[in-house]
Formats: sequence, C-alpha cells, structure tokens
Amino acid sequence: MNDYDTLRHFADSWGLVFMTIVFVVLVAWPFLPGSRERNNAAATMIFDEEHDDG
Amino acid sequence: METLVMRAGGWLVVALLAFFALAYSADAGFAVHMGIVMLAALITLVVTLRGADYGAIARGVLRVPADQSKYDDDPIRWGVIATVFWGLAGFLAGLYIALQLAFPALNLGLEWTTFGRLRPLHTSAVIFAFGGNALIATSFYIVQRTCRARLAFPALARFVFWGYQLFIVLAATGYLLGITEAKEYAEPEWYVDLWLTVVWVSYLAVFVGTIVKRSEPHIYVANWFFLSFIITVAMLHLVNNLSLPVSFLGAKSYAAFSGVQDALTQWWYGHNAVGFFLTAGFLAMMYYFVPKQAERPVYSYRLSIIHFWSLIFLYIWAGPHHLHYTALPDWAQTLGMVFSVMLWMPSWGGMINGLMTLNGAWDKIRTDPIIRMMVMALAFYGMSTFEGPMMSIKSVNSLSHYTDWTIGHVHSGALGWNGMITFAALYYLTPRLWNRQRLYSLRMVNWHFWLATVGIVLYAASMWVAGIMQGLMWREYGSDGYLVYSFAEVVAAMFPMYVIRAAGGVLYLGGALIMAYNIAMTIAGNLRTEKPMTETPYNEAADRPLVPVAAE
Ligand code: HEM
Ligand code: HEM
Repeated sequence: MNDYDTLRHFADSWGLVFMTIVFVVLVAWPFLPGSRERNNAAATMIFDEEHDDG
Repeated sequence: METLVMRAGGWLVVALLAFFALAYSADAGFAVHMGIVMLAALITLVVTLRGADYGAIARGVLRVPADQSKYDDDPIRWGVIATVFWGLAGFLAGLYIALQLAFPALNLGLEWTTFGRLRPLHTSAVIFAFGGNALIATSFYIVQRTCRARLAFPALARFVFWGYQLFIVLAATGYLLGITEAKEYAEPEWYVDLWLTVVWVSYLAVFVGTIVKRSEPHIYVANWFFLSFIITVAMLHLVNNLSLPVSFLGAKSYAAFSGVQDALTQWWYGHNAVGFFLTAGFLAMMYYFVPKQAERPVYSYRLSIIHFWSLIFLYIWAGPHHLHYTALPDWAQTLGMVFSVMLWMPSWGGMINGLMTLNGAWDKIRTDPIIRMMVMALAFYGMSTFEGPMMSIKSVNSLSHYTDWTIGHVHSGALGWNGMITFAALYYLTPRLWNRQRLYSLRMVNWHFWLATVGIVLYAASMWVAGIMQGLMWREYGSDGYLVYSFAEVVAAMFPMYVIRAAGGVLYLGGALIMAYNIAMTIAGNLRTEKPMTETPYNEAADRPLVPVAAE
C-alpha cells in the first residue's frame, strides 16, 4: 500500500474513532454534574453591575 | 530620545529598501506596490518625528471623549470608522459589478475597470476590509470587557490596525493592476501574503495576551469563537498560499500544489474562510451583542458550547462540496457532502440559541430597531445554513453549481447575516465608545433596517430565479438530442434578474449611507429631535378611581 492508501485508511478508521471520542468528551463537558451553576455564572458574567462598562 | 531616533531610523531604512525594490522591480505592478510601501513608511516616519501631538489631534478630530476609560478603546474607534468606510466602498463596488453584468458597456473598455478585476475588489473589500475590520474592532472590544483587562501590547494593537489597512490597500490596488494568484478569496500575491501573516500573528498575540492577563476566571464563549477564527484563518492562509515567487523583486509566484491537490487545498481554504471568518467570528459578535442589547443572558450556555465544538469538528471537512463532479476522488466528494449536511444541525442550534435569548422580551423586536436587525441577521444565518447543506447534496449541486443560485446563497449569508449583525454591532458600539447618551437617530436605524431587508429580498429572490432558470436551460435537451439553448441565449434571459439584483444593491447601499450619516452625527455629538419609536399609551381621564355616585 502506498502512503495515500495508508493515510486514507487510517483516517476513516482510528482517526475517525479518535476524533469522535474527543468530540463527545468536549460536548459532554458542560453537562457534568454541578456545571449548571457554572454555566449560569458564565452566561450572566457580562451583566455584572460592579464591572459593567457598557 | 534615543528610542525615537532608532524608530525613525528604522522607518527610514524601510522606506529606502522599498525604494530600491521599486527601482529594481521586475514588473510595473510590483513597482507600484513598492511605491505604496515607501509612502506608508515615510508617512509613519513623519508621524514618528513630529511627536505625540498626532494622537491628540486625531482624538480631537474624532471627538474622542477626554475621559479615557479603563479599557484601551482607541483602535476600536478607528475600527468602527474603517468598517463603515470599507463597507461603503465594498457595497459600491458590488453595485457596480452588478450593473456591469446587466450593462457590459460599463466595463469602459479599460483593463483596470473590467469585471474580472473589479470582482475580486468587491469580494475582498466586503469580506476582508468591511468584515475584517468589524471582526478586529469587535474582538478587541469584547475581549477587554469579558476578560476585564486592558489590551495586552497596546503598540502592537495599533500596528495590527494600520498594518491591516496597508494589506487592504495593497490587495485592492493589486487587483486593479492585474496582480493575482487567481485563488478565490486568496488573490493577493506572495509578498502581500507575507505581510498579512505578520499582521495576523500580531493580532493573535494581542488577543491571546489579553486573555492570559484576564482578571475573570472564565473565558466567555464569544472569545472561544474569536480565538478559533484567528487561529484557523492563520492556518488556512499559510497552507493555501504556499507558493514560490518567480523573482524576489516581482509580483508573480507559482503555487506549491498543482491539479486536483491545488483545487482541494483552495476549497479547504475557501470553505473554512466561510466557516471561520464569515461564521465563527460573526457568531462571537452574536454571542456578546445579542445578550447585551436584549439585556438577558444567552438562552443556553451549554448549547453555545455544543454549537462551538460542532462547528469546529464539522466545518473543516465540508470543503469538497465546492468540487462536486470534478477530478476529486468520489469518496472525498461524498465526505464533503455528508459533513455539510450534518452542519445544518449545530448551525440551527446556534440560530435558535440566539433567537431564544429574546424569550420573554419579544416586544423588543417592535420597539428596538437594533434588536430587529439582530433577529434578521439570525434569520438569515438560519436561511443560508439551511440552503448550504441542501446545495451540497450532489444531485442538487448538479443543478446549482456554476449558476447564480450560488451567488444568491452567498449574498443571503453575506448581506443578511454578516451585514446585519455588523450594522447592529456598529450601532451598539458607537454611542458607548464616544460616550454619547444615545445614537443620533433611532428612526434612521429603522430606515436602514427596511432598506437593507428589502434589498436582500430583491437580491436573493432574483438570484434564485436566475440560478434555477440558468441551470434548467443549460441542461435542456431537445428531442433531437442536442442542447436547446446556447450559452448566449441563457445570458440574455437573465437580464431582468440582473437589473432586479442591482436594484436590491441600490437599496442596500442606500441603507448603509444612512448608517454612515447616523454614525457620523453620533460621533459629532448631535442628537436628532424625533418622535420616539414607541409611546406609552396613557389616558389620564380614564386613570381615575370610580367616584361613588349617591343613589337618588
Ligand atoms: C450592495 C451590496 C452588494 C452587491 C450589489 C453585490 C454584488 C455582487 C456581484 C454582482 C457579484 C458577482 C456575481 C457573479 O460573478 O455573477 C458578487 C460576488 C460576491 N459578493 Fe457581493 N454584493 C454586495 C454585497 C456583498 C457583501 C456585503 C458581501 C460579503 C460580506 C459580498 C460577498 C460576495 C462574495 C463572496 C462574492 C463571490 C461569490 C462567488 O464567487 O460565488 N457581497 N457580489
Ligand atoms: C452549513 C452551512 C453551509 C453550507 C453547508 C454551505 C454550502 C455551500 C455550497 C454547497 C456552496 C456551493 C458550492 C458550489 O456549487 O460551487 C456554497 C457556496 C458559498 N457559500 Fe455556503 N454554505 C453554508 C453556509 C454559508 C454561510 C453562512 C455563508 C456566509 C456568508 C456562506 C458563503 C458561501 C460563499 C461565499 C460561497 C461561494 C463560494 C464560491 O466562490 O464559489 N455559506 N456554500
């Protein structure tokens, strides 16, 4: 097999599995237990009156 | 004093080098460009020598509020003005080439004003000059506010602004002179590419530096989008522009790739320029300005993170949908198609997230024309990210490819999404940056909104009709097995659509002119006396307790 075939087969087997796992982990991150408050804090952070500057 | 001499000496050396490059240049175009570089270096030299007064004079002319806030806002103010200016230039160029397609006499018989040279002038002026300045200005604004830190490397931030303007001028003059790498959206030649690389790396340094010195633990999601935009554009720019100059004193270069590799690299670049320049960067604006203007937090912060990672993971693979039915291997075309179709979901997730931020404040669409612009921008974001996946399906693309349907798709995204969200951001920023009580006129924003909206509708609708008609006419076979229409017949059939499109362009440009006036007046510190957008209905006579009446 030449380089092209090797890379292409890697891409649609282990490469794909690896990318999928990384993606699922990143997307699951904000759903970890206890993240609800953190998300709320992050979302309202831009309205913090003390620091608000326009 | 010594540093002043050093700096001035440095600029003089740059000017001299440019002068020698001009004198020994291999072609006229390169000579003109070196002349521009020399001029830029000399202007900087004079400004350096004459001392610091220039900053103060500029602040006076631009009516910058005396009280400098704790944030470094000068480059952002310049960016707002540059965005308005390049927007007008780009829309005017677009209108002109639209008219050229309807009335070819407007090519004027001069090589510099032909459609082929003005078209890249239009695309670069709107995407890189208008969009790019808007992105740089808003990213500097947002990153400071959300990190609660001043810009890192203030001198570098100023260099980013001016260096980027020089890039725009070199690119634009190059197109008129016929200097091009012939890669769409990456037309500038090797030396301009190198300059942009320097500017872009400085931009990355300022942005990341500001994030690093933040005093707010969490990095707000808008900054994620901006960072991905800056990094990805750097990567795309470097790879797609790999080329070898014919001479170090000449404009011409040859790409490092050839054939289908070159085509795939180009559309990997082209599609991700759409995905990260025209989408991720503008989504960053959306995730900050929509909540701020609506005065409510984003509908779902979780959804915004899913939106982010899905775009990152999917967009990169979608490029091959620009190369359906070409020499590109079939599996790569199918891959591009599948990833494009999947992109529909996160895109609509993001649109819904933006729209639902208004949940409970829907009345603002009626009372606040800036919110109305944001809603329209999101609607067109949804529109074009539905249309795009549909067009990437091979059987649909076999009809739409090479036709004006693509042009309609581009402009529903560009005019509707990028244009509208940028206008809204400019209206949000101007009174705040210049410390004004409000915009000069809210009613003018309303006018701008309607002119732009009707302009987009005319543009998109005429291009759908033109594109589908064109596609169907091209593939029409007669019973004798020959094509029914010649190419020229198809061109003639599209004349009315071209005129309607140009009319849409007139309205869109008209709206932008109103915006320019409104923003200039706001900067000058004027307030238009006008009827407010809503009146609170109040009837004093009816607002009384019932008076008991004695029974007779
Ligand atoms: C007054 C508004 C505008 C008018 C009248 C206009 C008109 C045009 C015309 C006539 C073309 C050439 C189409 C062809 O070759 O058949 C074009 C191409 C293009 N325009 Fe605009 N334009 C406008 C605004 C914008 C804006 C605001 C953007 C981006 C933010 C934009 C992005 C583009 C792009 C990317 C192309 C190339 C499309 C392709 O190659 O498929 N335009 N425009
Ligand atoms: C899910 C999102 C999207 C997908 C899957 C998509 C897909 C497509 C497809 C299939 C084409 C036609 C390719 C061809 O036949 O040559 C195209 C062209 C184009 N799209 Fe999109 N699109 C999406 C969103 C957007 C957005 C939001 C914009 C932004 C403003 C945009 C800007 C463009 C441009 C500039 C072109 C013209 C490229 C050229 O010069 O040929 N797209 N897109």
